[in-house]
Amino acid sequence: MNLADSTQAMNNLLGSEADSQRTLYPYVTGTSVVGIKYKDGILLAADMGGSYGSTLRYKTVERLKPVGKHSIIGASGEISDFQEIMRYLDELILYDNMWDDGNSLGPKEVHNYLTRMMYNRRNKFNPLWNSLVLGGVKNGQKYLGTVSMIGVHYEDNHVATGFGNHLARPILRDEWHENLTFEEGVKLLEKCMRVLLYRDRSAVNKLQIAKITEAGVTISQPYALKTSWDLSAFKNPTAGAEGSW
Amino acid sequence: MDGISGDLNAPHSMGTTIIGVTYNGGVVLGADSRTSTGMYVANRASDKITQLTDNVYLCRSGSAADSQIVSDYVRHFLHQHTIQLGQPSTVKVAANLVRLLAYNNKNMLQTGMIVGGWDKYEGGKIYGIPLGGTILEQPFTIGGSGSTYLYGFFDQVWKEGMTQDEAEKLVVKAVSLAIARDGASGGVVRTVTINKDGVTRKFYPGDTLPLWHEELEPKDSMLDMLSSASPEPMGFDAFALLTTSNKQLPAVVLATNHYCVQNAPILLFHSITASGQEIITWDVQLSPY
Repeated sequence: MNLADSTQAMNNLLGSEADSQRTLYPYVTGTSVVGIKYKDGILLAADMGGSYGSTLRYKTVERLKPVGKHSIIGASGEISDFQEIMRYLDELILYDNMWDDGNSLGPKEVHNYLTRMMYNRRNKFNPLWNSLVLGGVKNGQKYLGTVSMIGVHYEDNHVATGFGNHLARPILRDEWHENLTFEEGVKLLEKCMRVLLYRDRSAVNKLQIAKITEAGVTISQPYALKTSWDLSAFKNPTAGAEGSW
Repeated sequence: MDGISGDLNAPHSMGTTIIGVTYNGGVVLGADSRTSTGMYVANRASDKITQLTDNVYLCRSGSAADSQIVSDYVRHFLHQHTIQLGQPSTVKVAANLVRLLAYNNKNMLQTGMIVGGWDKYEGGKIYGIPLGGTILEQPFTIGGSGSTYLYGFFDQVWKEGMTQDEAEKLVVKAVSLAIARDGASGGVVRTVTINKDGVTRKFYPGDTLPLWHEELEPKDSMLDMLSSASPEPMGFDAFALLTTSNKQLPAVVLATNHYCVQNAPILLFHSITASGQEIITWDVQLSPY
């Protein structure tokens, strides 16, 4: 359903590509997603913000979604591309169900599907502008992986996208261990999300945590985290050096 | 509604203020009426709220051409869909058709839109479709370049389950506030209210809108002021008094009759200390007594 080119000459960075489609830059974006394995399965956390450049325009964007029975996906980056990815995934799951053969796609398969999708778009210079986290449990096996917009993919015990790479992963490297309980896992994720709230300009204080176990998927109601500002060092930070900050 | 491009990588909202709000029973869509090409106002009475079906309307912002062609295509598809379906199309279908065009042509289109309407299944619904083709169903949404001035306003006054009257007043007030500060928005305020009983269009010309900070009551002519109560409409009164205060003395307070065109003059005070420094200037609007 392509319309006639209404001339966006500024977008043509490489000569004339009036016909070719390429996402050159994102408009409405989500920030970090953080995911960890814990005793019974996977926990993902993401805030509900949709930024429009520097404006925190949307504050109730669901960036964590279930995929079939065995997986959950979290997305950062361009929201419209994530919505399109969800359409592809819902179609994938639908066709899988239509086989009606007792089998269902597990998290490893879904992760692979996403990887192929992202990498092939990247090769056509028309990426889906997202970083994705895919977690799930099937037949007792826990799986947690990530895919970037250029197709870089890997699995690990803890993953994060965006700012989470810089702020959350060091915390997780230090404090994650096998067989975290649900409570420990949630507290660990909340520690990461709080740091992101302090230090990521595009973070908003409204988040969801998603849990997946063999039993199924639960995505929490939106909630907000308490923050701490009552440090003595904050009260008069420039007392010793007027004009500093 | 033509924007002036700046930084390539920052999303830019275009000329216009558009608003869609849900209320208890339907939706109210609102918009300004200014279409600009660069600095010139090409159309000062445009209608940015476009009909898609009997029960679904579209607020357009950004490129006038892009938003018009999108609405034309969607109107065409919805017309076919209504015939095939045998009943009025839902707001969700209309919104998703707009999304499809916006998303699949994201590299070429520069238009942010708001779809609002009423159907028998979901009642009144508002869908925001910004640049890029994201679709978000929301209780209310704002768009266009004028919307930047309204985020704080809506954060403060928005509440769920308003009456139709409250919702319409809110929309008119909001568009009017945006027009006051956004150069790319102006003209009249148009609203379209959609509920189970149908569609009502309202029109609020500039002189029916409230006045905001530093805006003056419009007059036919300055001559009208000359014949009013003030004896020296063009003159100045000035007086000075020597004062002392605990902190700095002596001080001189000068008052001048400033902004004397209104019946209630505003006095401008300048306070000057012995060292000659002007330390405080403030203006006070006096009532007649």
